[in-house]
Parts: sequence; structure tokens; C-alpha cells
Amino acid sequence: MTETFDDLRDLYQEVILDHGRRPRHARRLDSFDAVAKGDNPMCGDRIEVWVKYAPDGTIADTGFQARGCAISVASADLMAESVIGRSKADTRALFDAFREMARTGKCPACDSALAEPLERLEPLAGVHEYPSRVKCATLAWHALVAALDGGKEASSE
Amino acid sequence: MNVTMRPALLNVARIREDFPILRQKIRGKDLVFLDSAASAQKPRAVIDAMREAMETQYANVHRGLHWMSERTTDAYEAARDAAAALLNARDRHEVVITRNITESLNLMAHSYGRGILRPGQAVLISGMEHHSNIVPWQLLRDDRGIELRVAPITDAGELDMDAFEALLADGKVGLVSMTHMSNVLGTYTPAERVVRIAHAHGAKVLFDGAQAVVHRRIDVQALDCDFYAFTGHKLYGPTGIGVLWGRRELLDAMPPFLGGGEMISSVSYEHSTWAEVPHKFEAGTPPILEGIGLKAAIDYVQSIGYDAIAAHEASLIDHALARLGAIDGVRILGRAQDRGGVVSFTLDRAHAHDVATLLDRQGIAVRAGHHCAEPLMRRFNLDSTARASFAIYTTHDEIDYLADSLARVREFFK
Repeated sequence: MTETFDDLRDLYQEVILDHGRRPRHARRLDSFDAVAKGDNPMCGDRIEVWVKYAPDGTIADTGFQARGCAISVASADLMAESVIGRSKADTRALFDAFREMARTGKCPACDSALAEPLERLEPLAGVHEYPSRVKCATLAWHALVAALDGGKEASSE
Repeated sequence: MNVTMRPALLNVARIREDFPILRQKIRGKDLVFLDSAASAQKPRAVIDAMREAMETQYANVHRGLHWMSERTTDAYEAARDAAAALLNARDRHEVVITRNITESLNLMAHSYGRGILRPGQAVLISGMEHHSNIVPWQLLRDDRGIELRVAPITDAGELDMDAFEALLADGKVGLVSMTHMSNVLGTYTPAERVVRIAHAHGAKVLFDGAQAVVHRRIDVQALDCDFYAFTGHKLYGPTGIGVLWGRRELLDAMPPFLGGGEMISSVSYEHSTWAEVPHKFEAGTPPILEGIGLKAAIDYVQSIGYDAIAAHEASLIDHALARLGAIDGVRILGRAQDRGGVVSFTLDRAHAHDVATLLDRQGIAVRAGHHCAEPLMRRFNLDSTARASFAIYTTHDEIDYLADSLARVREFFK
């Protein structure tokens, strides 16, 4: 029945469908240190990301609430998995590398110290073939980085 | 003998031959273009008219004293005549040519809103407007203290006529500006009733006909409205051209919109005087080639005839509601009695963007998102929908293909 969409498996890999359907981190944190909203005015996607820091300044926990497509929800969930336990600087570097991957499908940073989290994010690389969907994958990251920067709102525009 | 008169059905196969783009393949599949409400495809007649003008007969209009300019002026001004005939306007001078319907509505907000309405008056829109019929009035409100009122729509997606009338009761509404057909719900506004009620309360009426003019014959004299706007590119014409029709005496009383060449009678540093309507509202070199293209588009539509076009649209929408409505998990937005050729829907298992991407893989172009109508989306507690919209070249087979594909999309997201 679904073999007609086999060529879409590069975009909708099983891990994306799974995290899109059953996100593990889709929750508001009871106690948090930073929060920011993300908004993609072109398509109406919205997300809010909460962050709790550990005493050493690393991200102790993060959660989100999103209204958006399977790609944006899965990306937010994989982001949360990838950044918990990381410093702000590492998280920003990871965002830069992920954004590059989402836009171009290439991952020059994949051999670096960030290889392990980037491997987790790799299923999202397929969006680079769908220019109108790249923003779906990066919106959560824009909101997260806005929260780290102490901001309140981000836009993927 | 008892003969039932039926409108002639469209020969869709013949019409499809007039649209070269429909022969394109998308990823090896036939293009199934169900996004005509965003912008329609162009028939050969429009393409040829614009190309021939550029190849054989082109110069600036209204000012040249040479052969090319005079011929081009005639060809361009023929668009005004065609638009006047299309709307059954009394006078060709009542047709103002703009760049698109957004400019037509902004012209109204400026020249009627700032020029004629007074602080303390109100503009009344409906709860199913495109952003282009919301934001210009918000700018007017914030600039001039002219209230913006919104007539709600019912759960069925129809204008709440009691609420509409109640919002007019205090006599403060100077202008009703309303869609004639919703680009999201497909609902037709009961235009004659709206005009009757509005006029009884002293308000003028402007219709946004961007969608309606594509599917139904518009007669501004029969509607008895005061202004009517539409855009060329949804009516199988080019982008970059729109129309605002208004009653002559109202247009005469309104101050200009943009300033520049074309719209003046005489200019000095101390004082300038304005050209007569419609040129008062047409500053700068107009969309010449687009005018020639619009004329060809209107001629094309008129040659098919609105009886056949409207019958085809009604048949397509009935078929789409039946086929899509029968798919588990599909929710169709709005159930207006009188509706035109757009169907907005959601699927229980997938977001509209995911639906659109999967349909695209089948060669089907639909729109997904808020359709430039965010307040309407909120009214139905939605962020986005997918929308299939129909045109004269849409076939019943294409709707069947959409329905079959949609069922497969749902299976994919199981």
C-alpha cells in the first residue's frame, strides 16, 4: 500500500515518524531557567522550548511544546536528546553543524567531537532535498538558542 | 415536450489542451494541479497575446505621439473595456487598474478610508477574510481612529447574518469590506443580502472577488454593490495586474492613492491637479503587458461562458466533498450551503505540511498552511489545513486520484 511513497523514506525515516508520533521530550518543565518561543510565520508552526541548567552551566533538561508537522516535532525531540548534558557552547556548535546538514545534506563536522550527537540527528539530513521543509527542521533549534541567549522569541525566517 | 434546460458542460479535455503547462511531468508523474486558488495556470491565448505584444507592438502608453504608442495604448485600454464588460459595469471609467487585488484593497483603505471615512466611523469585515482584507483596515484604524469590526461566521463556515446586521445597527459603519468567496472555506457570501442590509444602514459595500470572479458571472449592477475588486492571475491571466471597480460618483469624490505621472492633470511646485478617474488612481507606467494578458484571459473565460464554468465547478465540488468526505480521518472545513471550488481539509494522522509533501510525490500540487487567513484558522482551532482548489481544467479523475492518494498518505502515517 505504501510502496508508492518508498522514495520518501529519505525524508520520513522510521526514526522521524516514531519521534514525530511519540516525542519523548514534549513537555513543559516544572522548573526552568530559560524559555523561548519559535514561530514560522510562513507556515504557522509554533514551538516553545524550556531549559533547565545544571550547576556547572550545562543543560540539565529541556522540553518543548510544538504545533507543527512530523519533521518539526521529530527534530525538536531529537534536539532535546542531543543537547541534554551539553554546554551552551557545544549546543551552539551543534546547531551550526545541524543547520549545515539540513541545508546542504553535508556534514563537515561529523568527524569532530560532535560526531555522536550528529549521528543521532542524521536522519533529518534528508530535508535538504525539500527546501520548503528545512525550516521545519531548524525551528526548534532557533528557539533553543534564543532561550540560551536569554531571548524570548525566535523565528525561522 | 418537457425540456429541462441544463448548462452546457465543459469539454475539459479540449480546455486542457489550451494550457501547455498541464503536459508537464512532476517526478515522472502527470501534474495534478490543485492549487489554482493561489494562482491559476495560463492558457495559450494569454501567453501568445503577451509574447506577440512584445514582439510586434510595444511602447509606453497614454503619452506617445507615435504609431507604436497609440497601438499599444489601444491594446492596453482594451483590458479596461474587457474588465468593465466582465463585471457589467455601467461605465469603463469606473474600472481602475492596479497591480493586484492587495493594491486594490490598499487603495480603498487609503483613498476611501482616509479620504472619505471620518474618525468615529467603522469598517466592517467578516471572520473569513484573507489577510489582504484585514491588514489595510488595521493600518487605517491605527492611523485614523476608524474602528475595525468583524462579523463572525458560524460553525458551518457561513456569515452570521444576525450578527452582521447587529454590527451595523448603530449606523457607524461607513464601509463593509467582505470576501465574495472564501479562499479557505469556499463559502460564497450572500452578496445581494449583504448589500441590501448594509445600504439600509448607510454603509457602502466593497467585495473582494479574487476567488468568486473565477467561478461565477459577476454583475455589479445586479449586486448593487459600490466597489468590487479582483486580480488577474487567479483568472488565468498574468501576475502584476488587478482591478478595482467603483461607482463613478464615489471614485470622483475620493482623493488619489499614489502620486506620480499618469495621475495628474497639471503639476507645478505650488499645486497639482488630478486627472479624471480612473487615471487619478493610476500613477506611473501601468502594467501594459499584463493588461494585454488580462484582456486575453477575460476573452478566454467569456468564450467558455460562466454557465458552463459554474456548472463544472459545482460538479467538481460535489464530487470532492463526496470522495474526500468518505476517507477515514479526513475532516473538511466548512459546510456552507453555497460553496465554490476550494476544499480545505485536515487528516487525523498527519500535519498538513506532511500531507502536502506526500501528495507532491504523487504529482499533486495542493497548498498547505494558514492560507493567509490566520484569524479564520483560529476560529476553527487549527494552525493549518491542506487545500485543494479547482479550475476549468480540473477533472473528476484528478479528484479521484487525490482521494486515493490521500488514503495512501494516511496509511503511510499509520
